Amino acid sequence: MSNTINIDGQTIPFQEGQTIIEAATAAGVYIPHLCHKPGYTPHGSCKLCTVNVNGRNCSACTFPAAEGQNIINNSRELTHDRQKITQMLFVEGNHLCPSCEKTGNCQLQAVAYQLNMVDNHFPHFYPHREMDASHPDILLDHNRCIFCNLCVRASAEKDGKNVFAISGRGINKHLIVNSASGKLKDSAIDINDCAAHVCPTGAILIKRTGYQVPIGQRIYDHQSISTVALTQEQEHGE
Amino acid sequence: MANKIRVATTSLAGCFGCHMSFLDLDERLVALAELVEFDRSPLTDIEHCSSTCDIGLIEGGVCNSENVHVLREFRKNCKILVAVGACAINGGLPAMRNSFSLEECLLEAYRDGIGVENAQIPSDPELPLLLDKVRPIHEVVKIDYFLPGCPPSADVFWSFLSDLLEGREPNLANELIHFD
Ligand code: SF4
Ligand code: SF4
Ligand code: FES
Repeated sequence: MSNTINIDGQTIPFQEGQTIIEAATAAGVYIPHLCHKPGYTPHGSCKLCTVNVNGRNCSACTFPAAEGQNIINNSRELTHDRQKITQMLFVEGNHLCPSCEKTGNCQLQAVAYQLNMVDNHFPHFYPHREMDASHPDILLDHNRCIFCNLCVRASAEKDGKNVFAISGRGINKHLIVNSASGKLKDSAIDINDCAAHVCPTGAILIKRTGYQVPIGQRIYDHQSISTVALTQEQEHGE
Repeated sequence: MANKIRVATTSLAGCFGCHMSFLDLDERLVALAELVEFDRSPLTDIEHCSSTCDIGLIEGGVCNSENVHVLREFRKNCKILVAVGACAINGGLPAMRNSFSLEECLLEAYRDGIGVENAQIPSDPELPLLLDKVRPIHEVVKIDYFLPGCPPSADVFWSFLSDLLEGREPNLANELIHFD
């Protein structure tokens, strides 16, 4: 049979042009990810989707599926690498979950749970980052941004607005807002935009909705992100 | 029982919520008391660790010089040191002050804040000095295990202690891992 790849010993069909993660999702195999979202141009920045393809590590969200690929997804080594990546994301920003409206609905946190991450391992940066509460409906808290670029892509590709961009490099990397003041209130963003709802973390929040669902009854409080992601992303059909 | 496991506990820059959650073990505390003896702890009022503690449970991060001394005493006297709860693990809510300078925090709390009367910054020599930032405890001493949660549920304590007491490598099930 042609057009198949092998993930952890399981034969999985793919269609020409599909990435590894798309083929895996369609077949019900979860590969951890944060910057990938079906229907969005792959970005390949978070590296959580790292898999081993024929002996080399690649990002499953950007790497095209091809005949004869032997892929390792679930191994202790990869779980360890992904855990370290997630821990770096936590210490690089300010993630104090008990004070965050997104807790329980947060993909970063849920990925950490999935990877059995119990601590942050590295010394904390506690960087000084701003909060932009200027917009009447949308809050932008830079403390929780992981630079996944999803809001940038959502605004450009879905909303046709270019409200967000990522500027700077390395430790100086930061999210910027396209408006004369640099504030969200003066940008073109609207509460109904994809960009206002796409953030996997608590960096972009809709105001006055945070506690409509109590803590303990939220998406990832009793369900793993592997289950939730597969259900949502298979539904999306990409 | 001659060979009871000695457990010491303390709260550094914490709110005692983790200790309260530990007490939520309820009737399981009876079973635990068969196997465990408490050493230094707010539960016993013993002031210093004996040199033979097996397990030290630390709630809270470090925010002042006294926290650092207590933490070092625990590390010196406990074979296994455990970071209990969000504050011990990443600084937690007290670490929200890390976005501000220490000076700003003191001025806000003791001089400029709403309702402050007789404004003065406390400077009694008996008071421990504040650190410039609140830090998680693994940045100060080596930590052997981490129990996440704000607070960790009684089931987390139970799972961890059962593993340890029955000679297994502690490992929290996924559904017991929560950061809130
Ligand atoms: S964004 Fe997610 S990981 Fe960060 S503080 Fe909020 S809930 Fe925690
Ligand atoms: S604000 Fe959210 S969506 Fe935008 S880059 Fe940061 S984490 Fe990603
Ligand atoms: S999901 Fe592939 S790099 Fe982020």
